Amino acid sequence: MSKKIYALLLAAVMVLSVFAFAGCNETTENSSEAGGEETNDFKVGFIFLHDENSTYDKNFMDAAREAQTALGLTDEQVIFKVNIPESSACYDAACELVDEGCDLIFADSFGHEAFIFQAAQEFPEVQFCHATGTSAHVKKLANFHNAFASIYEGRYVAGIAAGMKLNEMIAAGKITAEQAVIGYVGAFDYAEVVSGMTSFFLGARSVCESATMKVKYTNSWFDIALEREAALALIDSGCVLISQHADSEGAPKACEERKIPNVAYNISTISMGPTTAIISSKIDWTPYFKLIIEKTKSGKGNEIPFDWCGGFNEGSVKVTELNTAVAAEGTQAALDKAIADFKAGTLKVFDTSKFTVNGETLTEYLADVDGDFTGETNVIHDGFFDESAKDQRSAPYFDIKYIDGISAL
Amino acid sequence: MSNQIKASHEPLIHVTKRDAMVWWKSWLIRIIAVIAAMMVGTAFTWILTGVSPIEIVKTMFEGSFGTERKIWIFLKDSAMLLGISLAVTPAFKMRFWNTGAEGQVLIGALASVTCMFYLGDKLSNVVTLLIMLAASIVAGAIWAGVAGFFKAKWNTNETLFTLMMNYVAMQLVAFCIMKWVPSGSMVLSPLNSTTQTGWLPSVFGQKYLLNIAIVLVITVIMFVYLKFSKHGYEISVVGESENTARYIGINVKKVILRTVIISGALCGIMGWLYVAGLDHSIETGTVGGNGFTAIMVSWLAKFHPLFMVVASLLICFLQIGSGALASNPSLKLNSSLGDIITGIIILFIIGSEFFIRYKVNFRKKHKEEANKNA
Repeated sequence: MSKKIYALLLAAVMVLSVFAFAGCNETTENSSEAGGEETNDFKVGFIFLHDENSTYDKNFMDAAREAQTALGLTDEQVIFKVNIPESSACYDAACELVDEGCDLIFADSFGHEAFIFQAAQEFPEVQFCHATGTSAHVKKLANFHNAFASIYEGRYVAGIAAGMKLNEMIAAGKITAEQAVIGYVGAFDYAEVVSGMTSFFLGARSVCESATMKVKYTNSWFDIALEREAALALIDSGCVLISQHADSEGAPKACEERKIPNVAYNISTISMGPTTAIISSKIDWTPYFKLIIEKTKSGKGNEIPFDWCGGFNEGSVKVTELNTAVAAEGTQAALDKAIADFKAGTLKVFDTSKFTVNGETLTEYLADVDGDFTGETNVIHDGFFDESAKDQRSAPYFDIKYIDGISAL
Repeated sequence: MSNQIKASHEPLIHVTKRDAMVWWKSWLIRIIAVIAAMMVGTAFTWILTGVSPIEIVKTMFEGSFGTERKIWIFLKDSAMLLGISLAVTPAFKMRFWNTGAEGQVLIGALASVTCMFYLGDKLSNVVTLLIMLAASIVAGAIWAGVAGFFKAKWNTNETLFTLMMNYVAMQLVAFCIMKWVPSGSMVLSPLNSTTQTGWLPSVFGQKYLLNIAIVLVITVIMFVYLKFSKHGYEISVVGESENTARYIGINVKKVILRTVIISGALCGIMGWLYVAGLDHSIETGTVGGNGFTAIMVSWLAKFHPLFMVVASLLICFLQIGSGALASNPSLKLNSSLGDIITGIIILFIIGSEFFIRYKVNFRKKHKEEANKNA
């Protein structure tokens, strides 16, 4: 009997405490809104989908630390929240960061966007920035911003390294020109992936004319086993070089096992494949982090662009160290030239004279820039498909499946 | 001669079953177990990382109680876990090992999201919410009911059956998202975010209060249902022995099916709460493993709804605490460490049940001497 009374009491306390908190809420809520103007107690909060075991998140974390060192922020001024799912838990995490005194909050995963936007509406005095998102340029909320990088240019440069390797293999008699088939492991059938694979392919074909490409999706951003299986399936179907847009070591390691050259993304994979890894393209988020921290610190947070896209010029797009043991001769010089051309603006990845769709040259393409799943903006002008254009949005919208030469496995 | 001595040789430790223990004694043992586990866990961390135990305990407490918002999040998370634990309990009490709560909640959530997606803001908020609730209950009940039907009809293994249904539910969710989001991003943005149709309203300015209150109501109902209703009695008899149940005239198949459907329907309600009260969207990970953690909560509380309140508060405290450890910049800890501490604490709690049920007897000294003399 006493057991029952105890338990009932406990339940009653729970219920009462809930209402007690509800009652006192309204008085305390306003007090947190006042702070945040001063620059001395500046704080920035980062929301990450996973922890440092994911190469995707680690790339952001490394950049955050670099920006922290460069701008002389202390550890107490930079707060990380890891393993935050793409649900209302992301909104909770953002609100907690506001409570901890953050003036600037950054989230790194596409699915965080709606929840970050929700928090941005609630806390107009805090700046919210979000990577890979698509809606800030449409919503035009003063404290809500998207960012990406013109990584398709980096992919194109990495593609040149791949094409030169194919040329070397053809010249050495290892394969015929027709056998120059590239395999591409993609995460999802999504514009970001399609844009990346197409630019990679165009880079390769700019030096190796006979190159073709087969694509296989894993339907996951991070799955070691699936990425490995996809790479092996591509190799078994005759692909002689593999690249991937997925975040694990599955594909590079499978390539090392089968002695197939590999071009990677976001991290250098030379240690995983010393005899097969050629190069990686990557986004360096440090320039963007420096920009948003400096702007917010000086009280000009609303000057952060709604939608920011960094390229080679800003230092946002990079290629990692070239593995000269694997790469073909003269690769470095060719890469340097392409990068210089991108910096000068003279080279266009999606030059419509360089590719066809169903045998025809594109003169118009309505891309879905505003994110309502229907194309409305013609993004082809002056003879090229204008990806991640300044007056459009940073997140890729090249979703043409597929240009001639690319096919699904 | 020596053989005889060995035969009568009493082991150093032997274990005997205790009689029922006074309630406060058993709770004292449990509390001691938690404190001992905290000490071992933090000492372990101290040795490995040099972070002091006080700092760890402080960080963990701040994670759940540091600010008013944190307390709300803590209560909301606990309520969601509690709700699912309550949902699996009637089936568990009947020894129907429902490992499919994750999928049953998810399919309930999917039913709600489907209603929101296709109804949009055509109907009023209240009507939309009610339609969503009905759809979720039916979906959860069907998802569990299929396994219950096969169990009652052909005595299939419900553990494997319900477990597999989780993956079917996840694939269905993935399929629907793929269909609804043509861009292929696999992310469904919160639905009706401007009109908030199909969203549970804030009460007293609190977003999560309604979620918590609904789960507390379910707790009380479940307590009464299991303890005082005829159904509750039938469930415990079937759980103890199906033959006894048959002998006293209980229709075992009917009870199994009915209980499993109730269990699934409750999971469906929790799925509705995830959508209407929290996310307003869905992903394959919406339930976030709570469907499995709920099994542990239900067991820790020995299928008692009110003790489940305590158990889910404890588990959530540990989960949030482990996240807080990983997010504290001055500690430089990884989230795995919090998980290790959580593991140690749960191990100690489960271990403490042993000391509540059994008595450990050490060999008495005088007997040892007597043996020596012989």
